[in-house]
Amino acid sequence: MPKVTMKVNGRAVSAETEGRTLLSGYLREGLGLTGTHVGCDTSQCGACVVLVDGQAVKSCTAFAADLEGAEVTTIEGMANPDGSLGVIQQAFQDYHGLQCGFCTPGMVMSTAALLAENPRPSEEEVRHYLEGNICRCTGYQNIVRAVMAASGQDAGALAAE
Amino acid sequence: MHNFEFVKPASVADAVAALGRGEAQPLSGGQTLIPSMKARLNAPEILVSLTGITEMQGVSRDGDSLTIGAATTHATVARDAASDFPGLAALAGQIGDPAVRNRGTLGGSVANNDPSACYPAAVLGTGATIVTNTREIAADDFFQGMFTTALDEGEIITGVRFPIAQASAYAKFLQPASRFALTGVFVAKYASGVRVAVTGASENGVFRWAEAEAALSAQFDAEAVAGLSVSPHEMISDLHGTPEYRAHLVRVMNQRGVRAAS
Repeated sequence: MPKVTMKVNGRAVSAETEGRTLLSGYLREGLGLTGTHVGCDTSQCGACVVLVDGQAVKSCTAFAADLEGAEVTTIEGMANPDGSLGVIQQAFQDYHGLQCGFCTPGMVMSTAALLAENPRPSEEEVRHYLEGNICRCTGYQNIVRAVMAASGQDAGALAAE
Repeated sequence: MHNFEFVKPASVADAVAALGRGEAQPLSGGQTLIPSMKARLNAPEILVSLTGITEMQGVSRDGDSLTIGAATTHATVARDAASDFPGLAALAGQIGDPAVRNRGTLGGSVANNDPSACYPAAVLGTGATIVTNTREIAADDFFQGMFTTALDEGEIITGVRFPIAQASAYAKFLQPASRFALTGVFVAKYASGVRVAVTGASENGVFRWAEAEAALSAQFDAEAVAGLSVSPHEMISDLHGTPEYRAHLVRVMNQRGVRAAS
């Protein structure tokens, strides 16, 4: 089997992979980074979103072999160097932006991609950007609040759905 | 998913050679192909990735036309075509969701010709030219029905050349679960006349609405098509909409497109 080398959360990694190995499998089974969740496995739910070269990508819908040399950031790479929660993670905790928590890794990674592109998004822009991330607990109101707070904006004044 | 041999050539010539080796298939962004391989609807023995081919990447303007490499992602088109061809860039920015747009490509979408995909409406609605490794194909000859195109086995789309419209817009009625178009209409105004292409509605895939084109070429105003209608015959019927509903949407989305473009 060919070896696929990437930089994951700043660390050079290498693992033997089959052609069909998805990025999600490479991360979870190859590297043991099980923070990336596979929800639907059909590109619908966004639970598996990670950053590939800074862009949000559904890791269940990309082959690891196609990403040779890529820089990947997963939820494990979102904490501060001292292990404390990063800004986005802290905002999700502060504003209770999760219920069961299964979709949270994807939500946090999509939020990171959004804020890199648009540091102070409007509520509408947040909802629009997160449309590919599904929370089956339907906890969207607090997720949007958390994203607003993570971008340093007032999280209290959201329109009711 | 069945396993396969993964190949990632760096040039079109190498990709064509790899595709000639038996049961091989090209892979672009994979946003449709990978799910269909998981469902075992597709099981190539060799998968030839087109994402490492530099000559198939990017947006470039040449006079009155915009050429987009087939392996250019929707997100890149949405950003890099925005000043030269805003109607086209806006269409690219409405495909799927952000993560899909970061992987999905123009060439992949056009080659697949899903009857509800957005890009075929822009390609047909602008009268674009599909450039492959062997020839150039006019949009009017390229789309040949649901999931069917003029491409030969092993032929690769390398780019698409879009004539830049004086005014254009894509009006999409979103099917929110799939994020495909329940019905979408691309309207483009040129000195030579107006073109109107409809996706998501017909069982035969993307089509031009000739009657609306004639009316809008005479008068580029949403009211010019207010009295027109398309037949529900051979329109898609599913749990999201009846043929009659889609036929109605064709006119409504056409009018919205014209308003947005004027």
